[in-house]
Amino acid sequence: MDNKEPQNKQKKKKNLGGLLPQPLMLPTVLRCVRPISTSLALSRPLAHFRPHMDPDPSRPIERSIRSKLTDALDPVHLEVHNESHMHAVPPGSESHFRVLVVSSQFEGLPLIKRHRLVNEALKKELSSCVHALSIQAKTPEQWRSDPSLAKSPPCMGGSRGDHTVEEKLKAGRE
Amino acid sequence: MNSLIRSTARCLRSGAAVYPPRQADGRVWSASARFLCASAGLQKDLGEMVKKDKVVVFMKGTPAQPMCGFSNAVVQILRMHGVDDYAAYNVLEDSELREGVKTFSNWPTIPQVYFSGEFVGGCDILLQMHQNGDLVEELKKLGISSALLEAEKESK
Repeated sequence: MDNKEPQNKQKKKKNLGGLLPQPLMLPTVLRCVRPISTSLALSRPLAHFRPHMDPDPSRPIERSIRSKLTDALDPVHLEVHNESHMHAVPPGSESHFRVLVVSSQFEGLPLIKRHRLVNEALKKELSSCVHALSIQAKTPEQWRSDPSLAKSPPCMGGSRGDHTVEEKLKAGRE
Repeated sequence: MNSLIRSTARCLRSGAAVYPPRQADGRVWSASARFLCASAGLQKDLGEMVKKDKVVVFMKGTPAQPMCGFSNAVVQILRMHGVDDYAAYNVLEDSELREGVKTFSNWPTIPQVYFSGEFVGGCDILLQMHQNGDLVEELKKLGISSALLEAEKESK
């Protein structure tokens, strides 16, 4: 898949306020796993493009997530994707994230325990400004055999008018 | 069925609030103590709720009308496996439930899936279990034969 295409689609999604027709949601989620190289995050300058005012260019939450996961899990590969633009939240929000963590600390651990390790590392963010966190937690061997990033399901607008999300957005701005 | 389940869940919780807890000498507890009792009551209710049905989902919206893409993913996955007889609790209807289940599960996000009273995980875990075949096995342990397994048998 062309790297620019998903970005354009994401911009269109934003203009529609996060509501999309989604006739085949799950098959799309299952099929569209994009092969991704370790340098891809750096080679996609539009990944964090914010066309509107008010976003914090320093992306404090994203940096905090990256830093805490690095400290806690010593990953051999780490991706932190702000997916807030895919949801019914204002542009520039840092409320919805997807993380891909590849760490040998996951060896021998079932998925639930891996995810709990990630949740624990990001406890503060999750209790304050992060509303949704998608996690992929792989061992180095699993990453070598399947270096793909899963795709989040389309938003169904649940964040709009959600009091809890509004509080988290406010916490993120403060 | 889902509305019946939701109303059952509400009855369990409102029961805790209807009778203000009283101290041994008959004095009514303070508002904060009542809140703690209601929360403690909810945690106890949740303990029962997750065991009452083989498959329990705490989600945003309902299986007929999910209000969140991640909750919808859980619904779709269960549907693909032919699991349509499960308890679904809509956390958007009740903020106390929404926060209470996060404390109960020690899990920060919704949706949350339980199999036989045991916490399985959220959307990501259920999706990976579906993709790697573990979900079929786990459903089998619950005595549920996945529709995908049946479809595979028929195609052979």
